[in-house]
Amino acid sequence: MYGGGYIFDEPNKKQLREEEQHDEPEKLAAFEERIARGEKIESGDWMPAEYRRQLIRLIEQHAHSEVIGALPEGTWITRAPGFKRKLALIAKVQDEIGHGQLLYNAAETLGKSREAMINDLLSGKSKYSNVFNYPAETWADVAVIGFLIDAAAIVNQVANAKGSYGPYCRALERICYEESFHLKQGHDAFIELATGTLAQREMLQDALNRWWQPIMHFFGPPDKVSSHSEKLMQWKVKMASNDDMRNQFLDAYVPKIWELGLTLPDPALRKNEATGRWEYTDPDWDEFFRVINGGGPCNAERLQVRKWAEEHGRWVRQALMQPAERKAFPVA
Amino acid sequence: MSNESLDPRVNRLKLGEAGEVVKVAEGENWNIYEVFHQEKRGAHHEHVGCVHAPDSQLALVFAKEQFGRRKKCVNLWVVKSADILAFDVEDEDMFANNLEKTYRDASGFKVMEKINKFKQSK
Repeated sequence: MYGGGYIFDEPNKKQLREEEQHDEPEKLAAFEERIARGEKIESGDWMPAEYRRQLIRLIEQHAHSEVIGALPEGTWITRAPGFKRKLALIAKVQDEIGHGQLLYNAAETLGKSREAMINDLLSGKSKYSNVFNYPAETWADVAVIGFLIDAAAIVNQVANAKGSYGPYCRALERICYEESFHLKQGHDAFIELATGTLAQREMLQDALNRWWQPIMHFFGPPDKVSSHSEKLMQWKVKMASNDDMRNQFLDAYVPKIWELGLTLPDPALRKNEATGRWEYTDPDWDEFFRVINGGGPCNAERLQVRKWAEEHGRWVRQALMQPAERKAFPVA
Repeated sequence: MSNESLDPRVNRLKLGEAGEVVKVAEGENWNIYEVFHQEKRGAHHEHVGCVHAPDSQLALVFAKEQFGRRKKCVNLWVVKSADILAFDVEDEDMFANNLEKTYRDASGFKVMEKINKFKQSK
């Protein structure tokens, strides 16, 4: 689901050594030519150290987002309204975990082990999409996540699937195919509330109001303040700017919300027909950075649940690792 | 941490303290297996991705969960990634086709010209 446009970078990252920054110029030129021609880079190919580092960062955090993203929606599995909704939600959550596996594998082709990635998640060194640090308070939150957060993720992932790194593109192709079901079931749950009773509409409107700012945050800070974009776009690691993706999302989905008579909590939100761009009040970016750095309502719970799963699953993993040491049951 | 989650399943867990250090040992997530998927009987098995598993039997079980839960699938193969032998990608040029290889190509044999010429000469 969940490739946000914003990928956290460690603030005091280790500077690359001089020779890594200017890896061999001839090879670099050939590499950039291949990308310009639209060729895909594969794991055994020569690549600049910075390309490898940025891709690991991008794919790893995308993988963490899939796994952590299953938690807010999973909150409602036990209380989904009706059998079909429950089946769909379980299937979607299973898909998200599966996407996490596909992405961890894509990142592993670049030389970082899955264990190392999980450790970086658990220690807080590596981040995940910020939207999942907010709670899913009602069933309507699940409808808003399934419809709008998935839609936002699809905008991002369809763009990234045209990127330059082969293993990531292949994982994204499979993911986008499954996401189409996520979006559709989310839209269906959303429409059911929007066309339902007054209480259902009010619950949906309340969820929309609470989720609008995290959704506007989803694609990351505005282009005017966003760093390290140019090289990443030339290398086709990043396929569109944060503002362009946000605009594409608003263009496709705001009309679908307004046509149901629902409102969005931003009086300045409108499309400028002359420029084709959407205008809006800048969301609170201080809040965004505060939440990313651990200050959100659910950061602690999300990581503690992941740590619990790792700790309590360890004996199973270890037991399976030694199939010879089976417990023998008495025969008589 | 205070164990007040909106998720009743989380409230049943005894979560550790915030800031607690949990580390996964290298290798704890097992080996990597490549997965090949067959869409219908008679078709080729095609490579679709990887799974982590402690042995090939469980790799098959995980592969079924990961790659067999949607599209049609009648069979899966798994093989340890370490057992795959492949050419070095840098050697790609060895596959470049020699244009002089028309002798092993159907288009390299033009019989109609001769047949027509033979018929006209009759």
